[in-house]
Amino acid sequence: MRAEIGPHQIYWGRALEKRVTFRGWLLPILLIAPQVIISAVFFFYPAGQAIWQSLFIPDPFGLSSQFVGFGNFEFLLSDKFYRKSFLTTAIFSILVTLCSMIPALFLAVIADRLIKGSGVYRTMLIWPYAVAPAVAGVLWLFMFNTRVGVVSWYLGQLGYDWNHVLNGGEAMGLVVVASAWGRISYNFLFFFAALQSVPRSVIEAAAIDGAHFWRRFFGIVLPLITPTAFFLLVVNVVYAFFETFGVIHTITAGGPQQSTTILVYKVFSDGFVGQDLGSSSAQSVILLVVVGLLTVIQFKYVEKRVHY
Amino acid sequence: MAQQHGMVEKRGLGIWMTHAFMILGVLVIFFPIWLAFVASTVTQPEIVKPPMPLWPGDQFWENYSRALFSGVNVPVATMLFNSLVMAIGIAVGKIIISLLSAFAIVYFRFPGRQTFFWMIFITLMLPVEVRIVPTFEVVAGFGMLNSYYGLIFPLIASATATFLFRQFFLTIPDELAEAARVDGARPMRFFWDIVVPMSRTNIAALFVILFIYGWNQYLWPLLITTDPEMNTIVMGIKQMFPSGDDVAEWPVIMATSILAMIPPVIVVVSMQKLFVRGLVDSEK
Repeated sequence: MRAEIGPHQIYWGRALEKRVTFRGWLLPILLIAPQVIISAVFFFYPAGQAIWQSLFIPDPFGLSSQFVGFGNFEFLLSDKFYRKSFLTTAIFSILVTLCSMIPALFLAVIADRLIKGSGVYRTMLIWPYAVAPAVAGVLWLFMFNTRVGVVSWYLGQLGYDWNHVLNGGEAMGLVVVASAWGRISYNFLFFFAALQSVPRSVIEAAAIDGAHFWRRFFGIVLPLITPTAFFLLVVNVVYAFFETFGVIHTITAGGPQQSTTILVYKVFSDGFVGQDLGSSSAQSVILLVVVGLLTVIQFKYVEKRVHY
Repeated sequence: MAQQHGMVEKRGLGIWMTHAFMILGVLVIFFPIWLAFVASTVTQPEIVKPPMPLWPGDQFWENYSRALFSGVNVPVATMLFNSLVMAIGIAVGKIIISLLSAFAIVYFRFPGRQTFFWMIFITLMLPVEVRIVPTFEVVAGFGMLNSYYGLIFPLIASATATFLFRQFFLTIPDELAEAARVDGARPMRFFWDIVVPMSRTNIAALFVILFIYGWNQYLWPLLITTDPEMNTIVMGIKQMFPSGDDVAEWPVIMATSILAMIPPVIVVVSMQKLFVRGLVDSEK
């Protein structure tokens, strides 16, 4: 779930108003104050600081800082590692989205065909959703651990020498699977709900006309669940961008040779480990823009959905 | 239901194939959890000499009591308690401030209402992960490192719940507020007697979602709890791995992983209906 980003639930520009309201202005101000104060202190002030700090380079002793304008951004965009991190994030997000949506759709289609028992399977499939990304990371690390991992051992027996500590491609594969695993539950729930809402009469009509299962699926069902699929696509990309930190930190810590350093991980490693505040802040601002773009896409989608 | 399915439902072999696929899918999805459970019931030598067994051993009580009462850096019981405080604090905190502010926005016209509404709206867009360094500095400035306040407050500054309640309040019939006003009921009276009871299901659904959100936090507790006594269980597992070449204590670590997933799994499975509803509500 994305509890932090979720503006798609607001029907933009359609805000209704109550006709009947209460009088007074002191009480509502007091009621809204806790949220406004917390947002100001823990949100607006830090966000402002990030933007401000992104324009400076602190001196090595941390005593003063020099104004550099967009210098940090120029440096970042010309930095080989930062550009590589963009590419890594793109590959990672696409793979996580595919690896979580395709199995989920497959399972949902099967579950949808069952009259009895789909509830039991649903209960079982929900489990991984409750497992924190960081814990999922530990579970998958355990299976593929180079010394004790069961899967890596059996791969060894088959003649494949698994080593995600040294091999960047294998490291990427492992963090992708570990990140996608919990999301399968989430996507399954949405796909299953969408499939259940496809009118049976439409499918039966096609069946009477002699369309077999896959024909019915691609011809009728899939177009009808496209809005759900598109919604999940956006949500999963957002998830891969911002909520997979725990997986990467537990399994690879961004390595080997930064091959799994996604943008959010780099903000952390440059800011807290590398203590490069100017660069880390500039990266935060760039991510801010990325979040903004994703939000716009979500809104566009909401509009479409309303007209659908 | 059966009649509705009748025409397109396969019978006989088809239905068994369908079940077989489903069971296979569930087994594959479940395998990592099963393996963690097995590892938490065997001895260290059984694990470090691969391949480890795939069926539980007899060390359940030994491993779990060792994890719970001594742990590696700090007893896991302590971390469980910290996680519980954090998750409940975030869920309850978010619900309370959101109920109040949504009530103010929907049921009053006051100066600055639009501005405040926008202020809250913008907070939707920026996850903690993006603003970690300055938020860390603010929390450190308040002396809130290694405290429950530091764990909870920065994470309740989000607007999702406010918007959900706002949406719901807008569906409450105007006649109710009208009647309350005619009766001379004060706004807070209306809030307690009508609005809150009517929002019960929404509050419960949101609680499930927010509890899991809070419980599963990783980066934030990692940054602000430098004292092991304040570690939460989800971030504490990683701290149990040795830094050098020492071999990790796998049975204890895996027992801790299982313990870390039990509370959210119980919440999700036992409140499945509410959970699915909350999920769909908060994303649509």
